[in-house]
Amino acid sequence: MSTPQVTDVDIAAAGDSAGVGQAMGDYFRRIKGGDVGSLPAVLGLIVLVVIFSVLEGNTFFTALNFANLLNQGTAIIVLAMGLVFVLLLGEIDLSAGFAAGTCAAVLAVTLTKWGWAWPLALVAALITGLVIGLLIGLLVARLGIPSFVVTLAAFLGLQGVMLLIIGDGGTIPVQSDVLLAIMNKNMPVWAGWLLWLIVTAGYALVSLRAIMNRRKVGLPSTSTSVWAAKVLSIAVLLGVAVFLLNQQRQIVRPGKVACVKLGPPNEPLGCIPVIQGVPWAVLVVLVLLVVLTFVLGRTAFGRHIYAVGGNSEAARRAGISVSGIKIACFMICSFLAAIAGVLLASRDNSVSPTTGGAQTLLYAVGAAVIGGTSLFGGRGRVMDAIIGGLVVAVIANGLPLITQQSGIQYVVTGLVLLVAASVDALSRKRSSGSLR
Amino acid sequence: MMIGTQPLLELKGVNKSFGPVHVLRGVDLSVYAGQVTALVGDNGAGKSTLIKGIAGIHSFDSGEYLFEGKPVSISEPKQANALGIEVVYQDLALCDNLDVVHNMFLGREESKGIVLDEITMERRATETLASLSVRTLKSIRQQVSSLSGGQRQTVAIARAVLWNSKLVILDEPTAALGVAQTEQVLNLVRRLADSGLGVVLISHNMNDVLQVADNIACLYLGQLAAQIPASDVGHGQIVELITMGRSGDIGLNPEVLAAGGHA
Ligand SMILES: Nc1ncnc2c1ncn2[C@@H]1O[C@H](COP(=O)(O)OP(=O)(O)OP(=O)(O)O)[C@@H](O)[C@H]1O
Ligand SMILES: [Mg+2]
Repeated sequence: MSTPQVTDVDIAAAGDSAGVGQAMGDYFRRIKGGDVGSLPAVLGLIVLVVIFSVLEGNTFFTALNFANLLNQGTAIIVLAMGLVFVLLLGEIDLSAGFAAGTCAAVLAVTLTKWGWAWPLALVAALITGLVIGLLIGLLVARLGIPSFVVTLAAFLGLQGVMLLIIGDGGTIPVQSDVLLAIMNKNMPVWAGWLLWLIVTAGYALVSLRAIMNRRKVGLPSTSTSVWAAKVLSIAVLLGVAVFLLNQQRQIVRPGKVACVKLGPPNEPLGCIPVIQGVPWAVLVVLVLLVVLTFVLGRTAFGRHIYAVGGNSEAARRAGISVSGIKIACFMICSFLAAIAGVLLASRDNSVSPTTGGAQTLLYAVGAAVIGGTSLFGGRGRVMDAIIGGLVVAVIANGLPLITQQSGIQYVVTGLVLLVAASVDALSRKRSSGSLR
Repeated sequence: MMIGTQPLLELKGVNKSFGPVHVLRGVDLSVYAGQVTALVGDNGAGKSTLIKGIAGIHSFDSGEYLFEGKPVSISEPKQANALGIEVVYQDLALCDNLDVVHNMFLGREESKGIVLDEITMERRATETLASLSVRTLKSIRQQVSSLSGGQRQTVAIARAVLWNSKLVILDEPTAALGVAQTEQVLNLVRRLADSGLGVVLISHNMNDVLQVADNIACLYLGQLAAQIPASDVGHGQIVELITMGRSGDIGLNPEVLAAGGHA
């Protein structure tokens, strides 16, 4: 903004602040000040969905495709959630994709070749992720090597480790009903609605309690109308999603009938199987969202992550262990990469040397940045990974319906990332411009 | 004023060398509660080195360090904080991406279990700012990046007094500020002292010093030229003390000066 000004206004008066109108006003002021958050991504998502629905409504805007889209996006979203922690520090992890692949390889080998029970194999895969993150974190925080270089080395190294673990066979199948169910099975219809109820009511109660606590001690708080508007929009958005996912996704062509749940002998011959319900993977993403958002927003540890990303010297002088925070964030990132690896293995029913490779990492970084997490550190939320991940998934899913050329898909995704990075850079300029 | 009572902080003959460079030579300093003690001196005179020793960023090589009359030994910032000594550094050490409350509690957050206790923090921050009669912040929930230089300095100072501090040291708090904001910060510095804290103010601006200081300590090439009540000296005398180590009959001995400041 302009010259420094001495505004002689009292510290915001205690009590209830005004309603939706003022909340919107505050929001626009924040955006003008450079803090655009997820707004561009949400708008972009809406625009993309509208374009694809208009051009290819019959194939794009269907219950089946919606489920496919979530299936394609889940691993990217989880990977992006981990990257948010590293990006918040102003660092990068280029190795997260192959960390996912390596952990998936550990899962497949222990499960299929060594015959471990699935919980043990899962734990082994997750611990592998933690160890990878610890090593990267130590090199970055203790030796002071730029994370770009350390994780570039890890990018190459892990690719090799993965090949060594998988061996000459090439592809290892994942044989575990539980693990395969994560990406291939759906919740019963009633469970989907129960999940909707729990999430909506949980959000409503937690946010209402926060408001009440603030009012009790006379601190300014969000007005009840703003709260109600937020709860209502979450209820509607999630409700629509659950409703769509609870539809029968298999198209029953004329002359065929849908299977009924009577068991094979009683079902009509050649019937179309019923596939409906919220994929279990959605539950995994929701749990991660809640836990990680809590860690970032409500604990001192999360606060310190933002502080290190915003001004690491200030954090150090305030007595925060900067290297400890860095190591922890790289561990969280690789741990979430391990979870993403498990999801990839579950989706593909197997692990191969390409698991977690190709564009996986770039899509995940893109998802975090498109969602509104800053590449410069200090700004970002776990939710960004989901919004940005959906944008990436919609492009990856919708473009092939319009054009067969995969070149166009890369170009468009690249452009979208570039636009997101520009928005990030511009908003950073804005907010530091208002400094003096 | 209250000189004659026991000083809050007393240094006697402290020395500090960096390798062969003897930066502080037998410096005495007394800081009293309820007073602003200005620390002046030319560039490189050793002001920052002196306060870093007080704050525990590095320890003195020799000399006595008394706090509230008791000898203490301080080699870490945490030990100084525990005594109630807070430093507002020249570069402010605030996080732009956090709001005012978060910055004031940075590294010392209030928690209930593992959950941050935002309500307690916000109330204490509000109280502290109100007790300093700070009226220049629109909202204590706004990000520090949106504040002006003076407002940021205010936040940094408020953060220093949040912790029942007894001694607040400010390293050139008005260096980057315009006229109106300098006035504001100086008023705030005065109010800190009036509320009973001991304040050390480093400044190169003699008008600022004369406006708020109760007494003035002048460093000349690592030696204390004089520590005198502000009412006893004028602008010109301070400048002489800073540039020549002596003014009239106050300051370093002529023999010491003749030896090039090397006693
Ligand atoms: N870590 C160090 N190692 C070696 N010499 C140092 C170190 N720190 C300070 N000095 C020297 O000590 C002397 C005093 O420095 P100091 O920073 O205390 O001065 P100052 O009075 O704060 O000056 P200014 O007004 O410019 O801030 C200078 O000559 C400086 O070069
Ligand atoms: Mg200095």
